[in-house]
Amino acid sequence: MPKLLKYAPGLTVVLMVGPLLAGLLGTVLPAFGYLPALGGGQASLAAWRALFAQPGLLISVRLSATTGLLATAISFGVVMLFCAAWQGTRAFDLMQRVLAPILSVPHAAAAFGIAFLIAPSGWIVRVFAALGGWDRPADIVTVQDGWGLALVAGLVAKEVPFLFLMTLGALPQADGERTRHVALTLGYGRVAGWFKTVLPRIYPQIKLPVFAVLAYSASVVDVAMILAPTTPAPLAVRILHWLSDPDLSMRFMASAAALVQLGVVVGLIALWWGFEKLVARFGRGWAEAGGRYRCEGSVRALGAVAALIAAGMVLLGIAGLAVWSIAGFWRFPDMLPGQWSVKLWLRELPALGDDVINTVVIGGAAVVLAIILVVACLEREQRNAATSRPGRGALWLIYVPLLMPQISFMFGLQVFFTFLGLERTLVSVVLAHLVFVLPYVFLSLADPFRALDPRYRQTALCLGASPDRVFWRVILPLLTRPVLAAIAVGFAVSVGQYLPTLLIGAGRFATLTTDAVALAAGNDRRMIGIYGVLQTVLPFVGFGIAMLVPAILFCRRRGMRRDI
Amino acid sequence: MATSPRPPQNTGLKLDHVRISVNGAQLCDVDLTVGAGEIVTLMGPSGVGKSSLLAYICGTLAHGFDVAGGVFLNGTRIDNLPPQDCHVGILFQDDLLFPHLSVGGNLAFALPAKIRGRARRLAAVEQALITADMAGFATRDPATLSGGQRARVAVMRVLLSQPSALLLDEPFSKLDATLRDQFRRFVFDQARQKALPTLMVTHDPDDASATGGPILAMTPQNHRTVGGG
Repeated sequence: MPKLLKYAPGLTVVLMVGPLLAGLLGTVLPAFGYLPALGGGQASLAAWRALFAQPGLLISVRLSATTGLLATAISFGVVMLFCAAWQGTRAFDLMQRVLAPILSVPHAAAAFGIAFLIAPSGWIVRVFAALGGWDRPADIVTVQDGWGLALVAGLVAKEVPFLFLMTLGALPQADGERTRHVALTLGYGRVAGWFKTVLPRIYPQIKLPVFAVLAYSASVVDVAMILAPTTPAPLAVRILHWLSDPDLSMRFMASAAALVQLGVVVGLIALWWGFEKLVARFGRGWAEAGGRYRCEGSVRALGAVAALIAAGMVLLGIAGLAVWSIAGFWRFPDMLPGQWSVKLWLRELPALGDDVINTVVIGGAAVVLAIILVVACLEREQRNAATSRPGRGALWLIYVPLLMPQISFMFGLQVFFTFLGLERTLVSVVLAHLVFVLPYVFLSLADPFRALDPRYRQTALCLGASPDRVFWRVILPLLTRPVLAAIAVGFAVSVGQYLPTLLIGAGRFATLTTDAVALAAGNDRRMIGIYGVLQTVLPFVGFGIAMLVPAILFCRRRGMRRDI
Repeated sequence: MATSPRPPQNTGLKLDHVRISVNGAQLCDVDLTVGAGEIVTLMGPSGVGKSSLLAYICGTLAHGFDVAGGVFLNGTRIDNLPPQDCHVGILFQDDLLFPHLSVGGNLAFALPAKIRGRARRLAAVEQALITADMAGFATRDPATLSGGQRARVAVMRVLLSQPSALLLDEPFSKLDATLRDQFRRFVFDQARQKALPTLMVTHDPDDASATGGPILAMTPQNHRTVGGG
């Protein structure tokens, strides 16, 4: 065990950042004409010329940038407003409780759910139709609208819970509750007091998650394939199409475009960063001006409504998927189908079974590797507490995979695995998933692991137990709950992966997510419903097990009911 | 009160000019020997490095401290050993019973592996419970015990690990007044019975006077005075 501990941090970084660098290299070289496997033997700018000759390239780039920025700004605004207006209330606690299930919904499933909800024949229009007496769906474009607003809505609905979770983690560290009380006792309104005192303290801690949201939103593929306009599509979607083109020479151009995508993300982060500096500058003056802003009823209501809409869209969307999956004939504008049928479920069962097995095997393997590595890293950190402390740099490293657009290195990674002779293997798909599973497992376990009272370890050691025995008999059992929760988070992340499974597996591994997204092009709502529901159920089962196991294990230990 | 003659150098716990400093500022400078069965009290305000000193003695001091001097237990230097090899037991103000183990499980965790055989181990655990006036509690969930019971289990847990010295880090400060007096006597009696050199850190003058041993006042000004108990 000491051996594993010694190498765990290095191994973790290599497995997380290694594929990234390899993938980036495998993207940069073809972008400049070098890809021997496809006959590209020397440097050239042909790929770039071909790319810039693509019709509507600028529109695609603009669409990616605007939707990404808008989705991030709205998500950030909603979360901050909600926290400012409702921290310390029952509504806040309630939101914390619905957070986990919403977070565990894969992006694609949430996107389908929202597409169903806002479609001209969806529940929202049906409500108006029932009230207005319409007998046919409204003739308006709601999904895949030209401005990408549906895409923004889909992203916001999933990024709000993520940023909310990150903010919840930052609040205690920034002493948010007491800071808020101080502002209140100085006569500030809730919202203004929060923005003036708590926000500046937590922002440094949620900055990287915000950047991750920005990078993700501006380069997302699966959600965009479901909700974004197609003429032209956002850049990332077009890159995927070029990569999948039977004409292999398109891959040179796709690689160049992948670098443009990376540039878009870097540019957006720089823009956000600059804006943040500006706000910080003027914000200080605003805080020191002393305005109390005590009439804030409408602002607080806005915060609640926005958070409710974000959460409600996902939950209602999933409900919509479930209803469609068993809907028979469904007349407009009825709120529910006239007939129900599970025929389609039964017909699809064998195919679904294969998908579920692939999804579980890939996710299971990735998450087992991830939890071993992460626990080993954290255990090593605690054992070495006497000699060292990890720097802030480590945290940036964790976020690197989340800040890099997937499409910018996934194709390169595919090239790299081919070079190693690992193309289209389970190993390479699991390794690709691990790049994204590792950071989330780490982020979810690091805080509880570090928060465990160090005196438990000290006491156990002073009782004469060896460090290994202390780990297996004391530390790990005490952390059963957060470790299982981290496993569930990692599994949910893996279930939701689209690009790594598709590109690295080269179509060999059909998972619930790849098959679900593939259905986006068609319009079979019942099939989409089935896949969307299963996609949601699988991570949910993971979280269920993660809650149930400790409850059973420690049913006779009252001290284990709460997180310690 | 009369102080007993100092024991020979090779028994007891000896702190040989232990100086702990952090960022160049010295917290404490202690030179003393605690004889077998003797209870020495360290008193002083927060921030003079009392708890750091105890952590250093049992090998769990966090990084960031500079320490000079040595700690010897029965003639063997222990401050370069990992905590599990120091044979120094420590009690904190919280009992820190492992919540996932039963009362008996907590005690058995501490019992050295060299005591073999299920029956013998169970007997040792039950004997410890009898000493703590808690016979039959082995299968209980620690969370269902009273504060006083938990504290006694914590003491028995330390003693079962067969330490050669005992450190007390304000172990009575969270108990109410009546319980505290009783429990204090229990701990001191146990320590004396097992002839353990015992070093106690406290804020409470009553704790100090109850030991009947020497009291060492630690002050922030880096000097110290020794008073009779």
